[in-house]
Amino acid sequence: MTLLAAAEVSIERGERRLLQAVNLSVESGQVWQVLGANGVGKSSLLRALAGLARFGVEGSISRFEPLLYLAHAPAIKRALSPLENLRCHPACDITSTPAQIEAALAALQLGGFENQPVGSLSAGQQRRVALARLLLTDARLWLLDEPFTALDGSGCDWLEDCIRRHISAGGAVIFTSHQPSRFSELQQDLDLAHYAVC
Amino acid sequence: MLSADRPSLSLPTAFGRQFRRHGKALMASLADVANPLLFFFMVVTLFPLGLGPDPMQLASMAPGILWVVALLASLMVSARMFASDFEDGSLEQMALAPHPLSVLALGEVAAHWLATGCLLALVSPLFAMMLGLPSQGLGVLMVSLLLGSLCLTLIGAVGSALTVSIRRGGLLLSLLIIPLNVPVLIFGTAAVTEAVMGRDPSTWLALMGALAAGMLALAPLAVGAALRISLDS
Repeated sequence: MTLLAAAEVSIERGERRLLQAVNLSVESGQVWQVLGANGVGKSSLLRALAGLARFGVEGSISRFEPLLYLAHAPAIKRALSPLENLRCHPACDITSTPAQIEAALAALQLGGFENQPVGSLSAGQQRRVALARLLLTDARLWLLDEPFTALDGSGCDWLEDCIRRHISAGGAVIFTSHQPSRFSELQQDLDLAHYAVC
Repeated sequence: MLSADRPSLSLPTAFGRQFRRHGKALMASLADVANPLLFFFMVVTLFPLGLGPDPMQLASMAPGILWVVALLASLMVSARMFASDFEDGSLEQMALAPHPLSVLALGEVAAHWLATGCLLALVSPLFAMMLGLPSQGLGVLMVSLLLGSLCLTLIGAVGSALTVSIRRGGLLLSLLIIPLNVPVLIFGTAAVTEAVMGRDPSTWLALMGALAAGMLALAPLAVGAALRISLDS
């Protein structure tokens, strides 16, 4: 099943054309890593694929909705607790009960921090709060922008495991990362160097 | 994770959750809530010092002073209405939600109004007494500020949504929304003046009510569209 199809997509940012003629077809069960140097347009591509950017984006993109898009900015309010942040998440896609959210937080080793303001947690823990959404969403297509940032070793292992479970359940993941490949046998690479406009 | 086809949140629930999220964030930063009140208090304290302590003169100017200060306080807070959501990525997520962005944004605006405009209207009789506003004007002042601050917050929301992606958009925001605020100011001052004179202010209050109802219906659509444009640039 095709969860995302992009044909001849080109992206402009400001006056500059970043990428052109990107073709991508993501089937369920696939995990794609978007590669490329800083500034080549990885985040812009992900925003365009998520449907957030229309201005300056040409070509056709069809996507299976609802999708989950996790940006650099974590969409987490520092004044709210992890529990409240997830329960009242701005994407409005979390229908879980508080008990389910607590279980998800516990799986990310945030048990005991559910009711503390997120602002009092470390950067890595805040990242984990944002990632706890992965356990609570129904979305089949995940677009993750630098999901491994700020995570420690066990956090990275957890995320890798989470992505593997998601794709084996029929989901698909597109993520950007500068880390070496973690899903060697499963993973497909989208190297933006081929599409960059010099 | 995938198998269960859970129903998505109903629209009122989604609205309520955005309201709670924003309301709790506002409550946590007391400074944001106290700022307009403090501003109001300080300006009202300064006027008698500048104009002289003649009670008759102060009382005759009080409706205008109170309304202008309320307008400025609203302008001050509405500039930042969507700023933190834009910076922390919440707006992007709201735009991806399966619900209309205008309804989710209205949840935020409602929380914002309760914590700023509504609160200011409720304590305004206290400030009015400091300026010696005759007592028959106090109730009308409060009602007119309740309706008026709702209008001002909704206008401010449109302006804030349009300028949220612009660095130092404050000046542009003021230029955009002050002209739109003028009718609200005129109706509000007129209502309070009429009441002070002992005449019936209901015409002016009805006009403000109509303005507020119209804006409540239309402004969210503009806010939703403006937020999408801001996210796209």
